Amino acid sequence: MSNLLSIVTFLPMLGVLLIIGMAPAGKPGDMLARQISLFATGVTFIVSLVLWTQFDPAVPGFQFEEKYAWLGGNITYHLGVDGISLPFVILTAFLMPLCILASWTSIETRVKEYMVAFLVLETLMIGVFTSLDLVLFYLFFEGGLIPMFLIIGVWGGARRVYASFKFFLYTLLGSVLMLIAVMAMYVTAGTSDIPALMAYHFPKDMQNWLWLAFFASFAVKMPMWPVHTWLPDAHVEAPTAGSVILAGILLKMGGYGFIRFSLPMFPDASVYFANFVFVLSVIAIIYTSLVALMQEDIKKLIAYSSVAHMGFVTMGLFALNRQGVDGAVVQMISHGFVSAALFLCVGVVYDRMHTREIKAYGGLVNRMPLYATIFMVFTMANVGLPGTSGFVGEFLTLVGAFKANTTVAMFATLGVILSACYALWLYRRVVFGVLEKKSLMEIEDLNSREIFILAPLVFATLFFGFYPKPIFDMTGASVQATLDGVEGKLTTAEAGEGEPR
Amino acid sequence: MSGAVDLTRFGADVAATLPEITLACGAMVLLMIGVFAGDRRTNVVTWGCVALLAVVGYLVLIGADGKVLAFSGTMVIDPFARFLKILVLGGSAIAMLMSVDYLRDEKLTRFEFPLLVTLSTLGMLMMISANDLIVLYVGLELQSLALYVLASFARDNARSTEAGLKYFVLGALSSGMLLYGASLIYGFTGGTTFDGIAHSIAESGLQTGVMIGLVFVLAGLAFKVSAVPFHMWTPDVYEGSPTPVTAFFAAAPKIAAMGLFLRVVFGPFAGAESAWLQIIMPVSVASMLLGAIAAIGQSNIKRLMAYSSISHMGYALIGFAAGTQAGVQGVLTYLVIYLAMTVGTFVCIMHMRRDGKQLEDISELAGLSQRDPTTAYLLAILMFSLIGIPPLAGFMGKWYVFLAAVEAKLYVLAAIGFLSSVIGAFYYLRIVKVMFFDPPAAAFEKPIGTVNSALLAFSGAFVLLFIVSPLAVTDAAGFAAKSLFP
Repeated sequence: MSNLLSIVTFLPMLGVLLIIGMAPAGKPGDMLARQISLFATGVTFIVSLVLWTQFDPAVPGFQFEEKYAWLGGNITYHLGVDGISLPFVILTAFLMPLCILASWTSIETRVKEYMVAFLVLETLMIGVFTSLDLVLFYLFFEGGLIPMFLIIGVWGGARRVYASFKFFLYTLLGSVLMLIAVMAMYVTAGTSDIPALMAYHFPKDMQNWLWLAFFASFAVKMPMWPVHTWLPDAHVEAPTAGSVILAGILLKMGGYGFIRFSLPMFPDASVYFANFVFVLSVIAIIYTSLVALMQEDIKKLIAYSSVAHMGFVTMGLFALNRQGVDGAVVQMISHGFVSAALFLCVGVVYDRMHTREIKAYGGLVNRMPLYATIFMVFTMANVGLPGTSGFVGEFLTLVGAFKANTTVAMFATLGVILSACYALWLYRRVVFGVLEKKSLMEIEDLNSREIFILAPLVFATLFFGFYPKPIFDMTGASVQATLDGVEGKLTTAEAGEGEPR
Repeated sequence: MSGAVDLTRFGADVAATLPEITLACGAMVLLMIGVFAGDRRTNVVTWGCVALLAVVGYLVLIGADGKVLAFSGTMVIDPFARFLKILVLGGSAIAMLMSVDYLRDEKLTRFEFPLLVTLSTLGMLMMISANDLIVLYVGLELQSLALYVLASFARDNARSTEAGLKYFVLGALSSGMLLYGASLIYGFTGGTTFDGIAHSIAESGLQTGVMIGLVFVLAGLAFKVSAVPFHMWTPDVYEGSPTPVTAFFAAAPKIAAMGLFLRVVFGPFAGAESAWLQIIMPVSVASMLLGAIAAIGQSNIKRLMAYSSISHMGYALIGFAAGTQAGVQGVLTYLVIYLAMTVGTFVCIMHMRRDGKQLEDISELAGLSQRDPTTAYLLAILMFSLIGIPPLAGFMGKWYVFLAAVEAKLYVLAAIGFLSSVIGAFYYLRIVKVMFFDPPAAAFEKPIGTVNSALLAFSGAFVLLFIVSPLAVTDAAGFAAKSLFP
């Protein structure tokens, strides 16, 4: 039994201890804290890549499993990854060093605390994807509220208090309902082990309640319309790196939760509620795209576009077929790159001009050709242009939805058009046009640090756009196994067989 | 019938209650020292009391395993009692240690303080071991009378004397109700020992008179744990009393009263579960909700902690409602965690001093994270723990209680509990917000003293690290809970 997963999960905490123990007060301490965090997150990323190389994609089950006694009863410290969770572990570990770099100069106050908050957050986020025990999962899932609350509240913008409270209370309300369901599942099945629960068949009417309780939590996290309103506020007020993490990883926890829990554990309920999810997804795609059109704040626009893109994810997931679920996973990973990069792009100009008003910009291409190019790549990926990773996910989820429900796919396709509208219009207003505003005359193009941050994201977006096979290789067997499990439970239910106890 | 037999029995009784007897005698000795040496030797008395509590704790630990009855079955010493006694002794000792700096700064250093705490602790030990209505009452009154005096310990301060008086009047009322209930129970069952009452209920069912008596007894106990609707005294007494006294109130007496509460409902009235559940459930719901909602409007941090304690007692009562061993185990675990959280929080509150005065407004904490990051982070961790955010200890406390409720299929009760914890999150978050998001206010007078720093560090470490090895506490609580169920 190797401890690789524990290492990758808790390595950032080592960085926290180092910062608390070593970094003195004042400027030199701040610099040391930055270096330690970069080092810790970098090493974590390398370890996650080691995981990737040792991972056997042909095996559908969990790998690198670790299991220790913990809470007594059947609640254990159980870690493990499969093809669905591993990409998210790598994504998290990949984005974190970029976040640290993105905050290198833009965060000048309370640097040590900032870095500690990020490292704690990284441990909690990776833990969400590696835990194979429901209680352990909940611990990581909910624990992330604390560092994120502080990140938004301490280093955020003008309305940070409102945004941080809204974020915290919304998410907490969603998750306590899930906690009751977690307890009910533990009491009924006698275990909180995720693989065991996946094999367990809950009674049908109980499934509906459990599904709704989990849905309350994941829908807020995702976020789905109509419980998405915390997201634009949180994004606008959070510092750049906070937005990157929020859009890149935290939102994916909802989707991951649907794949990991809702589909395999409550298959009957998932089928029962599929149309309900479709309706919400389509509303999210169309409505929030329209809302995005009318935004005057760049970050808010991207935030609403995130909600729309997450609509594709939920739609794909509940299509309950291979294309849909595959597409949803790719869409989440791709959105992890693209939205993270878009927020970083906003951060670049925000660091220079200290405003996110679209009106304050225009004609940036004249002074910042490199920035304009990179921003364009991500805008196109956001639109879902073929050749970018955004296309793969969007296309597959639409195919999946088309097979499940043609009407839904038809309405969702409107979202593709609308996303082109708001993204291209944003790009035109910010980057093209005549450089008229005096304040922009002196604006500098990307510096080497910013290029270093954005380059890997450009590479990933284009690489997976043309060649998504590595992702499918990794996820394929696990997605198929999940769907087979759902299928199997549905047929046994139809055949009227008793529940395996 | 020979005298020798009686003497052996007496010896066994004394051996069983050795902790209480030691505590009583030790307190007398220390009282003498205090009286003859005067206030100059307060430190000797304080440390003497702490040492005495430690010795008593040791005696409790080495006491015989299993269940022992003493004094013709009027007192019971079982793992349940042992667990709670250790907890109460710890809470009292900590409260005494916490108080030293504060009393010195407020020029309240008097040797009576540690002695009153010690005597009140003696009362609590008796409550916990009570197996008879009369012992119950004597223990309760010994505890309460010492507490009334402590509440008005700052006797030149109008608010403190008001707190003491208020506590006394309302406390006397509740004691009266309890006594009235006890007399009814005695009248209808013909006995005062818990075993006798249980026997009578098992034999002739729950007669109306016993039921009415039960209601009165429960009302009296609910007053002691400050559960709604008997909570009215709490905010005023918490606010008016000197801060270390408030800390003491929040910790030890609550634990003792909860223990007694558990003992009464699961002991003599185990057969009347359906009757007391009808009372406990609404009381629990009302406490959780009122504690959460009423705290939102508070700007005084001591009042806020009063409402916080009301809602936390509501959460603990959920474990009662489950009516199972797991529920009792949950309550006991909850009490341990609550004690740890309360200690740290009150150390921080006592730290809020400027110009020789205790500050009580939450806004005084503004920007604490920039003035004194260590304290601010520890207090923030405690606040998140009080909300019940994992992986902190407060979450685990809730986990066990709510799990017992879900196990007993009390989904609605669990849902209400969680909703009120979301409401409650708001005011704990406000404290974090003030400390972290607001610009700094003027600095506090001086850094936290050595002893209090150690207590705060202990509290923070407990809350943070509980998750690593929760079994250490829960197994002990489970063993204790088991002894309550024959």
